[in-house]
Amino acid sequence: MSPFLFYPLATMSVIFALSVVLAKSPVRSALGLVAVMAILAVQFAFLQAHLLAALQIIVYAGAIMVLFLFVITLLNLESDRGIGEKPKLSAIGFGAGAVVAGGLALAMLGVVEPAARAVALPEGFGTTAVLARQMFNRYFVAFELTSILLLVAVVGSVVLAKRTAAENSEGVTGA
Amino acid sequence: MTIGLVHWLVLSALLMAIGAIGVVVRRNVLIIFMSIELMLNAANLAFVAGAHSLGLMHGQSIVFFVMTVAAAEAAVGLAVILALFRNRQTVAADEIALLKW
Repeated sequence: MSPFLFYPLATMSVIFALSVVLAKSPVRSALGLVAVMAILAVQFAFLQAHLLAALQIIVYAGAIMVLFLFVITLLNLESDRGIGEKPKLSAIGFGAGAVVAGGLALAMLGVVEPAARAVALPEGFGTTAVLARQMFNRYFVAFELTSILLLVAVVGSVVLAKRTAAENSEGVTGA
Repeated sequence: MTIGLVHWLVLSALLMAIGAIGVVVRRNVLIIFMSIELMLNAANLAFVAGAHSLGLMHGQSIVFFVMTVAAAEAAVGLAVILALFRNRQTVAADEIALLKW
């Protein structure tokens, strides 16, 4: 990927990521996160992860973020006062962020840039066929376990979001 | 100058640090949750960049699983937030202190 594409995209993703954290209204945070995910999808495509770029848009920017926006509109929140409200807490937060960044920078000191490949990427790198073959061979058990995980998540969210009979009658008398 | 693995890892680390800041600084549970999603995305970027740099597909498989787990986590987490809001009429993390003594 050429630097002329990398640096603008990287700068934009960092700016939108900052808008997720700094925005006062949750809707703006969510839209910032959608933008970050869309830019990451572009970067995945440049890294030859074609299926993942599509999934990033469909699953993350599509399904998950729409779910977030639905919940935000359901809750009908007033925007809070952002991060300036508790300066002490904010200072601790930025300290924690600095620690995370410093730790990752330390870890990165050990990264050795792989020498330029003698040959190009293997045939079919990043295609759905190769990914699927790997999924149903080496990662088969993990793949089946995620299907159970999704089933449990569906049942769990239905149970959590359901109103009980007592709550329902309470709502009626309250109205 | 070409863009190599280290460039991607630096970008991923920046996004991860911003997400960590968001988790600690904000008090709206929804925004804390979104910051966690941001951190998951940063990890995904590191995996994909590593896969590309090494010419191995395993990193991309891991990202697939991370996305699945993130979808399940979002569904359950948002249901928890809805139940919380129904019972306490707030999503401010510092007002939810049932376990505090």
